[in-house]
Amino acid sequence: MGAGTRGASGGAWRPNPVARTVLIVLSLAFAFLMLVMPLLVVVSQAFGAGWEAFWRAVSDSFTVKAAKLTAITTVTAVAANTAFGLAAAWALTRYRYRGQGLLTTVIDLPFAISPIIAGLIFILTYGRLGWAYPFLEAHGLKIVFAVPGLVMATVFVTIPFVARELIPVLAARGTDEEQAAVLMGAGFLRTFALVTLPHVKWALVYSVILCAARAMGEFGAVSVVSGHLRGKTNTLPLHIEILYNEHHYREAFAVSAILVIASVLVLAARSVVETVSRREVR
Amino acid sequence: MTASRKTIPGFGLTMGITTSYLGFFVLLPMISLALRAADLSLGEIVSVATDARVLSSYRVSFGCSLLAAAINAVFGTMLAWVLVRYRFPGRRMIDGLVELPFALPTAVAGIALTSLTADKGWIGAPLARLGIAVAYTRAGIVVALVFVTLPFVVRSIQPVLEELSPDYEEAGRTLGAGGFTIFRRVVLPELRPALLTGFSLAFARGLGEYGSVIFIAGNRPFRTEIAPLMIVTRLEEFMYGQATAVALFMLLASFAVMFLVNRLQIRAAAFAGG
Repeated sequence: MGAGTRGASGGAWRPNPVARTVLIVLSLAFAFLMLVMPLLVVVSQAFGAGWEAFWRAVSDSFTVKAAKLTAITTVTAVAANTAFGLAAAWALTRYRYRGQGLLTTVIDLPFAISPIIAGLIFILTYGRLGWAYPFLEAHGLKIVFAVPGLVMATVFVTIPFVARELIPVLAARGTDEEQAAVLMGAGFLRTFALVTLPHVKWALVYSVILCAARAMGEFGAVSVVSGHLRGKTNTLPLHIEILYNEHHYREAFAVSAILVIASVLVLAARSVVETVSRREVR
Repeated sequence: MTASRKTIPGFGLTMGITTSYLGFFVLLPMISLALRAADLSLGEIVSVATDARVLSSYRVSFGCSLLAAAINAVFGTMLAWVLVRYRFPGRRMIDGLVELPFALPTAVAGIALTSLTADKGWIGAPLARLGIAVAYTRAGIVVALVFVTLPFVVRSIQPVLEELSPDYEEAGRTLGAGGFTIFRRVVLPELRPALLTGFSLAFARGLGEYGSVIFIAGNRPFRTEIAPLMIVTRLEEFMYGQATAVALFMLLASFAVMFLVNRLQIRAAAFAGG
């Protein structure tokens, strides 16, 4: 925390008591209305008919299948983007060359594009009318309306998370330590694992958590490429949509409650990582 | 610091991974979009550009995203200010909760906000008695977008406020300025670049947002249909050309916003530096 925090807790700065109270009350009201109430309504709707109804909805075979599929797409996308993020952060901060700015822009691109457009471009590439379709068909491969498409769309949407978090951290550290390690005879992998990785480990954990949260909840891009085949290409968020549109509200909220718990866990983990890493810096 | 390719190993490997990964997952699909767009006939482009339903979906998307970003510019700034400058019970919890919209799947946010604001919901019922409808109207779209994009504004402003010493505000006070004048003349100029970043990120995200909106919007053509839904609708009708054209205009618009903000920021930085 910066100078402002210290100034607030003691020292010369004394907040105007009226303004302070009004602003705090307004903020609490806004936060309660926009952030707390949506969580409460999910929990109340999910458990409104009792534990048994909740359990029935959650243990339904289609829900379990959707949960498994969500786990598969999330783990694969996060693993791939973590590997990519580490490589990209290294390539973008350890050397100087032309086109670095362009490369950063391409990494950021998925954040600037609507998830629906992300889904659309995969359909235009690998879908029935896509230019890669004849090749896929000749080799018996299926991407759109199948699990590989879900994974690829999820990867696309979450590409920037790890790389973007690591690049500033590595850039700020400079390359002196790596150069020293290399001079002493360490190879690339040893330098990377023993010198670079320990410095970025908290940023890495932090970004992996956020990446996983987004991958788990991705809706638009996955919805476009999935084809909504129940039990086959339905992830948890898509399953919620189907349940909701079929007016199975109780079930939709029960499944949502699982994702609410997951996202609250994500927030908790994020704040633990932040506290621990801050303590370590001190 | 003369970092060259020779002193630090791994350039070939990491650069190879980076470019081939981006090439496969980002550039290749984007090229498909460009190819399909190049295939569009003038007639197709004109028919999309003059389609009243498409145009109204753009109006809804742009209008609601702008309004949501503006609302967040006000309430997000307030929230950031309160979180940085004041100590009160529940502060840490709210600080953690600010990121909830990033962690919560948008579909869950969508059905939760719909259920809250529908005419039998906790918030919707009292509002309905006053004759105000939120769910299934444009107001509902704005509510969903405010939720989804709130963290962008708060998290852009918070670090700047933390670095901004209260001494300047104190100086303003000794010179006789009132609270609001101090905020407007002393604090706001410092926040402007971060506010601009947060606003444009929120706007861009709102423009493309789909999952949270489609539940609360009601999706009535000409009234509450957003542009991303228009793409989905055209895709489901197998009108890939039209879907591409709708997407293309959206992409151009959001790139234009990003470019504009970049320019504004460069100008602001030049001002601050000079």
